[in-house]
Amino acid sequence: MEAVERHFERMVHEHQDRVFALGLALTGNRHDAEEVAQDTFLRAYRALITYPPDRIRELKQKAWLHRIAINVFRNRIRGVRPRLVELNGSESDHTPGPEAQAMRRAEMDDLAARVAGLPARYREAVVLRHVQELSYAEVADTLGQPVGTVKANVHRGLKLLRGEDDDRTDN
Amino acid sequence: MTVLTTDLRLLGSQKAPTGFADRLLAHVGMADSYARFETVLGGVYVAWNRLGVSAAARSESAAAFEEWFRKDVGRPIAPSPAPADLAAKIEDELTGKRRMRFDLRGLTDFEQAVLRKTYEIPRGEVRPYGWVAREIRRPAAVRAVGTALANNPIPYFIPCHRVVRTDGEIGNYGGGGPEAKRAILTMEGVRVNRLQELARAGVRYQGVRTTKVFCYPTCRTGRHALAKNVVWLRDEASARAAGFRPCKVCRPAAVA
Repeated sequence: MEAVERHFERMVHEHQDRVFALGLALTGNRHDAEEVAQDTFLRAYRALITYPPDRIRELKQKAWLHRIAINVFRNRIRGVRPRLVELNGSESDHTPGPEAQAMRRAEMDDLAARVAGLPARYREAVVLRHVQELSYAEVADTLGQPVGTVKANVHRGLKLLRGEDDDRTDN
Repeated sequence: MTVLTTDLRLLGSQKAPTGFADRLLAHVGMADSYARFETVLGGVYVAWNRLGVSAAARSESAAAFEEWFRKDVGRPIAPSPAPADLAAKIEDELTGKRRMRFDLRGLTDFEQAVLRKTYEIPRGEVRPYGWVAREIRRPAAVRAVGTALANNPIPYFIPCHRVVRTDGEIGNYGGGGPEAKRAILTMEGVRVNRLQELARAGVRYQGVRTTKVFCYPTCRTGRHALAKNVVWLRDEASARAAGFRPCKVCRPAAVA
């Protein structure tokens, strides 16, 4: 197998959970999350095969994949509103674990749906900062926004999630 | 604040669905895909990639097939909907109407040579292990041919069932044991019992008096000879002594 392909395979195994979780928090359901994650890696692959070896070696994979995922996500919502409620049975390969695990999963889906209900700019900021646990500087870098803006958006997003009515209405 | 951010962090630890990575790798052509097909041989799991069909097995379950594939072929694999024309291509291949492409990467040159040669044996005919060895110019490697065929990752498609023992026993079969081998040969029109009777009687070749040619008993060129012109021959030396030359189609001996 070629070097790029080995590299990509490692990248997929190392980052699949992280990218999927990012998709889940952004889209609010597992079906769309899987699509976002898949598109993200496909784009990454198409880019990788055009990169010279040096560039591949120096790539900051995590940050790079985050940026791609955010772009994939933005392209999606440009056309379609995220579905806030996911119907059961959309995925066939999920094996239900013990009851506690299923509960936790349901809670997580619920939380993801709530996060996905945030306006996009708050959502991106909150998800990168608190779901992906990036620093403010990293979030700012990923989103291409000033740190101050990111901080404000995270703050506002969390407020909305907690159900504290903001004095300003969003448009 | 803390409850919410703790929950958000938990959301970040959600795992990608089972098989996600393999499906993705299959999508970019780095892993093989597979599906179960209903064929003339019953249900067969078939794996493929952009180079062609890479494996086949009549496994008991999808999980068993995946496990076997990962261990035996050593690549990632993921279930996939079959391309629209694949079922028809498989049916045509198994019934001898059309030829497919195969991916034999990962096998040694010797194994590939054995399988390619085996692929040349026509439906309804059989050849001994020694024939394959001689044809690929490794006449002493008869046992190695047997091993290579036993490890054939694409049985049924690459017809290792058409290679039999010289003594007339059907021989082992990785695709489901001697019984399965017999059943498939019978389905292809080989008269297995007759073949065994001949072998037990010490007959290896069929000569035709009028053409002075000797063949393997299942060779298509000897099939239409009149019974009164058929001579049964025990070995190459006596055949040549009686003035017969080896058939150029089934090549029962090196053509001088």
